[in-house]
Amino acid sequence: MDAALATLDIRDAADAVEALRVANARHMPHAILGAGSKKRLGRHSPLQEQISTRALTGVTLYEPEELVLSARAGTALREIEELLDAHHQQLAFEPMDYAPLLGGAAQSATIGGVIAVNASGPRRIKAGAARDHLLGFHCVTGRGEMVKSGGRVMKNVTGYDLSKLVCGSYGTLALLTEVTLKVLPKAETEQTLLVLGLDETSCLAQLRRASGSPHEVSSFAMLPADASPLRLEANAALLRIEGPQISVATRCDALIAQLGDSGARFDTLPQAESAALWAAVRDAAPLAPLSGQVWRVSVAPTDGIKVVETLRRANAPILAHFYDWAGGLVWLCLESAEDAHAAAMRNAVDAHRGHATLIRASDDIRSRVDVFHPQPAPLAALAKRVKESFDPGHILERGRMREAF
Amino acid sequence: MTLIMPAPEPEILARRDELIERLRAILPAQNLIIDETARRAYECDAFTMYRALPLVVALPETVAQVSAILALAAEMNVKVVPRGSGTSLSGGSMPLEDGILLGMSKFNRILEIDYENRCARVQPGVQNLAISRAVEGRGFYYAPDPSSQIACSIGGNVAENAGGVHCLKYGLTTNNILGLEVVLMGGEVIRLGGKHLDSEAYDLLGLMTGSEGLLGVVTEVTVRILQKPVMARCLLLGFPSVASGARFVGAVIARGIIPGGMEMMDKATIHAVERFQPCGYPLDAEAVVIVELDGTQAEVDYLVDLVEAIAREEGATTTKVSNSEVERLQFWAGRKNAFPAVSCIKPDYLCMDGTIPRARLPEVLAGMDEIAKREGLQVANVFHAGDGNLHPLILYDASIEGEMERAEKVGFDILRLCVAVGGVLTGEHGVGVEKRNLMGEMFNEMDLKQQLRVKCAFDSFNRLNPGKVFPTLHRCAEFGMMHVSGGKTPFPDLPRF
Repeated sequence: MDAALATLDIRDAADAVEALRVANARHMPHAILGAGSKKRLGRHSPLQEQISTRALTGVTLYEPEELVLSARAGTALREIEELLDAHHQQLAFEPMDYAPLLGGAAQSATIGGVIAVNASGPRRIKAGAARDHLLGFHCVTGRGEMVKSGGRVMKNVTGYDLSKLVCGSYGTLALLTEVTLKVLPKAETEQTLLVLGLDETSCLAQLRRASGSPHEVSSFAMLPADASPLRLEANAALLRIEGPQISVATRCDALIAQLGDSGARFDTLPQAESAALWAAVRDAAPLAPLSGQVWRVSVAPTDGIKVVETLRRANAPILAHFYDWAGGLVWLCLESAEDAHAAAMRNAVDAHRGHATLIRASDDIRSRVDVFHPQPAPLAALAKRVKESFDPGHILERGRMREAF
Repeated sequence: MTLIMPAPEPEILARRDELIERLRAILPAQNLIIDETARRAYECDAFTMYRALPLVVALPETVAQVSAILALAAEMNVKVVPRGSGTSLSGGSMPLEDGILLGMSKFNRILEIDYENRCARVQPGVQNLAISRAVEGRGFYYAPDPSSQIACSIGGNVAENAGGVHCLKYGLTTNNILGLEVVLMGGEVIRLGGKHLDSEAYDLLGLMTGSEGLLGVVTEVTVRILQKPVMARCLLLGFPSVASGARFVGAVIARGIIPGGMEMMDKATIHAVERFQPCGYPLDAEAVVIVELDGTQAEVDYLVDLVEAIAREEGATTTKVSNSEVERLQFWAGRKNAFPAVSCIKPDYLCMDGTIPRARLPEVLAGMDEIAKREGLQVANVFHAGDGNLHPLILYDASIEGEMERAEKVGFDILRLCVAVGGVLTGEHGVGVEKRNLMGEMFNEMDLKQQLRVKCAFDSFNRLNPGKVFPTLHRCAEFGMMHVSGGKTPFPDLPRF
């Protein structure tokens, strides 16, 4: 399908400099392609030439005792995770795999792509997002200049924290060539406590109670009965407890005691089932088989259900939904519509503070409807100036985030 | 004095009366400090080596006043230096003789505590510790705990991305804030984030954090609050060499344990501490490591045994485990007193703040000794061992001719050594004016240019806290980033320093 597009494989940063200098001279916009697993994420733009990082691979530094790993941008996430796993370590932000939702080969993502979209999973609420684990990077800016920022140490305030800026910039600022990440030990074991049989509001209230407990729950999700990958008959609040075996068991008991007055039934999932369940939550698997449009909403934990209720009152045709991040992250699948129900969605979110992102819709709709949440004018103007500080010619990923750049 | 700040602009000095007149239209009289004696109180922050008398001190109380002051400054082309509690160790809020010092101390209210969403909205002048105090009744706290936490303000913490002893497990400021309200140099007010996680677009919240007051003035901060761990226990460990102490720290992490805190002190510090206020540190040890483990009782007891076993494997000569809260605090007392304690060796010290890959610690400590000896000075070391953040304290006596300059030279050489082994210039104190001229050790010209371009995107006339962080001043026009207003270019003769 992309046969008509020129794709340039870069082998190193020098190639990227050359490619972007030429692109600037030709005023030719370029998309950045890793494995292509997130090609359908973001605004859809007219066909662009592509720069591919598939030849820019390899882990360049891994020191488990220093909790640090560097890899070239095109390195497969899977390869990194396998390497870490062999040392009982992990990327604690557990990057989401978009393949179940958007199609494409499962687990094919590159680390550059993960950082570019700030992909994070259920543990985000406790351990942070990708942006909290990016210690430093090398890149080539849209101007075609080789730039580095940050470092390889855990604590560093030398200069602006550009790591935060490139994380989640969808390649619109710079082409990442190498990233350095904080890695963390894997928990000895994990368990999931299922809180069953309550209505949606009560389930979410239990999540928030647990998040205010000292029992160090690492993930908090709520699956309505119809959205459950467990095929449960009832609504389920899910609490993930990780750590040494002895501690996991006692914390789980303590949580049951604390939440016992809710009238819920409790059940637990052992390690393997627990891990599989959270992978499904991470990848929004409950929505994957449905054919509608998918939105992802981030608001304060108490506001998630309010957004859903507002949408219901506006008669938005919700096919399925579920909550993560103690109720603050809402995944929704709505019946497909020409406007992707954008106005209803923005109104529902704007009644609070937060943002909604259109994750899955046709290319045509994603070229007409704002994918990312609109910003107030001064902020939008500032974002454009920041973009232009890296890429004045709007060469990189033109239109991927905003129509204006 | 080796520090050169941009020369005061005579045309601004000449317009001081006009500036004050117009500030009076924005602020009540008591919020404006004009008198020279009163302005003296603001001539430096906790980096006391260099001082400057601010043109005028403005103490706004409302966002509208901050906005009006910045708009006025932009219009009159006057520089602005924001200041929180003035505890910066790198001169981040050092005033300018031709600039307004914008003191945020009157923004001192906690606006909202939202226990359900685990966050609090506070004004930037609120002290770090005051947040924990306000929520501790319900068992919560705010995690980043810089040593200055009884005095430092949360706005300053955001500007410097402040850390503390619990960073490895609980993160820095940037990992613990959710939202900001910021006034830009033109007076525009923007909100970044809120009570939700992650940004709808560019993570300007992350960019603002640690930007040392160069990008905008923070007028509100939404911080995450965490439930306090059920309990904490400490181990006090003595090692026969720095190398074995460093190996122990690596071994703990390699076993998958991330302690709540892990601090190391060298022999010079141990002895200074014991002389200052004895707390049972072993005087025969070359290095003392304090490890704090927090969590549930069962987990902590399990980990304490594990860590103690690792310490023995690595040859610890002293292993003590706290069995009460009193004992735990006693173990910490020496560490907390380390800075005043070394002041008893020599009247002054310069506290450096490099971070290194932890495994390089033995050679870096040896190198630091060497560097200090060359200048006839002594270094005592306090080390956030878990995350590799070093605080060498270079001891000197400012009353001895030339000693301050030699201490400064030792500091710079130590930081160069940190960078040479793969580390960085500053882990948590910021670049400020102190380390500005060393930025070239870590970054090449292109790296720095990109950072300056980001600055231009926020402040195209370079009026907000200029002279900090970067070794040279530039016109944004040099980068094609100038937003020319009314055909004026603001810097006819720009100093390079």
